[in-house]
Amino acid sequence: METLKAQKKDKKKSTSIRITGAEAIIHCLLAEGVDLIYGYPGGAIMPVYDELYKFQDKLTHILTRHEQGATHAAQGYARVSGRVGVAMATSGPGATNLVTGLADAQIDSTPLVCITGQVARHLLGSDAFQETDIVGISTPVTKWNYQITRAEEIPEIMAKAFYIAKSGRPGAVLVDITKNAQFDELDFEYEKCTGVRSYKAAPDPDLKAIEKAAELINNAKKPYIVFGQGVILGEAEEQLKALVEKAGIPAAWTILGLSAMDTDHPLNVGMVGMHGNYGPNVLTNECDVLIAIGMRFDDRVTGNLETYAKQAKIIHFEIDPAEVNKNVKVDVAVLGNAKQTLDLLLPLVNKNEHKEWRAEFEKKHQIELETVIEKDIHPTKPGLTMGEVIEQINMASGQKAVIVSDVGQHQMMACRYAKFKQSKSNITSGGLGTMGFALPAAIGAKMGAMDREVVAIIGDGGYQMTIQELGVIFQHNVPVKIVVLNNDHLGMVRQWQELFFERRYASTVMTNPDFVKIAEGYHIKSKRVVERSELKDAVEEMMASKDPYFLEVRVEKEDNVFPMVPTGASISDIRLK
Amino acid sequence: MENQWYTISVYSENHVGLLNRISGIFLKRHINIESLNVSKSEIEGVSKFTIVIYSTEDWAIKIVNQIEKQVEVIKAYYHTDDETIYQESALFKIASHLLFDERQIQNIIKEHHSQIVTVSREFFVLAKTGRRHEIDEMHEALEPYGIMQFVRTGRIAVSKAAMPITNLLAEFQNQ
Repeated sequence: METLKAQKKDKKKSTSIRITGAEAIIHCLLAEGVDLIYGYPGGAIMPVYDELYKFQDKLTHILTRHEQGATHAAQGYARVSGRVGVAMATSGPGATNLVTGLADAQIDSTPLVCITGQVARHLLGSDAFQETDIVGISTPVTKWNYQITRAEEIPEIMAKAFYIAKSGRPGAVLVDITKNAQFDELDFEYEKCTGVRSYKAAPDPDLKAIEKAAELINNAKKPYIVFGQGVILGEAEEQLKALVEKAGIPAAWTILGLSAMDTDHPLNVGMVGMHGNYGPNVLTNECDVLIAIGMRFDDRVTGNLETYAKQAKIIHFEIDPAEVNKNVKVDVAVLGNAKQTLDLLLPLVNKNEHKEWRAEFEKKHQIELETVIEKDIHPTKPGLTMGEVIEQINMASGQKAVIVSDVGQHQMMACRYAKFKQSKSNITSGGLGTMGFALPAAIGAKMGAMDREVVAIIGDGGYQMTIQELGVIFQHNVPVKIVVLNNDHLGMVRQWQELFFERRYASTVMTNPDFVKIAEGYHIKSKRVVERSELKDAVEEMMASKDPYFLEVRVEKEDNVFPMVPTGASISDIRLK
Repeated sequence: MENQWYTISVYSENHVGLLNRISGIFLKRHINIESLNVSKSEIEGVSKFTIVIYSTEDWAIKIVNQIEKQVEVIKAYYHTDDETIYQESALFKIASHLLFDERQIQNIIKEHHSQIVTVSREFFVLAKTGRRHEIDEMHEALEPYGIMQFVRTGRIAVSKAAMPITNLLAEFQNQ
């Protein structure tokens, strides 16, 4: 091992250049194909910013208005493009402000590399100005992190950071670089990382497990697929569609799996989980084989585990061995990348239609359509609903937009009603549920997919958590469409207070500013809709705009999101009202 | 499932910060580490963590999976007490005059097969290696006479079955 390494190094010596650590960081980023980063400068990262200034023709740096915004923008960019998002900050508060974004990216398996400056090595541990132990702080919320204290470490560690962030189940990586390592010189040469001996990115597919899975699927009378983000991250969308169509299996999405399959596909039966669709939840407890693909049985999906799919044989297609049997005991675990394993499964699966079983979903859908969906998207009562706004966006965008949602009622409405024809189009904070995610994430999403419309759907609460990023939209004229569904409440918490805390609305009522005026302050075109009659034109005007556009829609103040599985309840006991 | 003692053996790269990452996994699951030992292993450059927990097998498996998921961990195993050979060591610091004033002390040293590490005018130090209960018994025997200082190591253990790390590393090199 050591000799192998030594030989490699000897060969490369002739090609190295003598540069500072700060410049080396830029060369590493360029070698990894990075052309866009988000960040915020400060004392301990200044040498790198000085190099960014020199390399601005090759590497664009977007100054967000808060470091948290930089992480979410990088996440939005990563989620829409499938590439690694990069955020940069200084030491101390700059670094601690990255923590929410790191945690969000880690729990939602988003490839993110964060680079932080750190006080010089000789000051480490001395409580120096803006010193904080960011490696210690970020350990529980990163896939990997490392503190560079010598310039020579930079190329190898940066290569490793990108490899670890992107490979296998992607995640968040933090590299902390002391100021002396940025100033000092090194003989720079770059070699991309292709493996780390203690880390296996993805398990090799096990043919026996795949055969067992095929047998269960072929013998099933009521098979049912639940797919998650693993399909998108593994680029297995085609394989999923092929499996669903060949075996005639109804399939439902988790909110992070949404857009992996055309929402209008006849076998796409809807969303699972707390605010998912009626049929997909209830029928989880009636299927005979449950095929989970690239999802992790989150508690918001399963409800009470004691009553979750107990009657079914469960097959779990999963890249991360630690997810198998973590929450739900499975009968067959098919480890590996979903694209690879589904490709191996497909030829073993028999053609089937399961017409009667599929009709069960249709029956349940009719019930939900009458009791919930129609009232949400085609309401007749006074007061605008969130659902009808989403429906209007579907129509005006031709279902082609990237939808970035924040966290709360509007998020559930967006995930229930937004329509998609293309993968990597639904961007939301799923696992961590980070309010304030959407506005910066939409900026990143737009920059990662300039040819697509990006619509941010945000509540009045979450909007005010990262509202300062309007500055980025204005400064760089990022043509995102921002829709704030304003109900003057923290709607989801208020809904829980209404249902479970006898309407004691503790700190959920908001007195909001004039959002239109705020947008105008940033010179962003803006409009407010208060009447149903104005909605269609306003949404169309927004979608037609070539510039950034802000639309506030005043929706009903005390509407609830249904169906709903109360916390701890069985998914069979989902409430329609 | 019943709680019992599990010895978790972790083979890893020898990197700063990994101990923090591994202990964080127990913290996150609110599981107490009963004993922890970190040392070099049979393979050069590879560290070995020996961690003892009292839990169900289900939890032991989940913990091991989470540990193994860490980038710098090569492999983690869990074993019951029956599946391992394990020992702990302890040091007892005792006032020297007791050796002469209390005849029983000499018997305790002999009966518990402990060694005298050093003797000075003020104190002497006893070392004892064995199972936890054997060390506890010696502690109990000495306690009435006064122990100036006591310290015990974490458990160290080797498994009866193989832990084929060398093969894993060779596999990587061949890739």
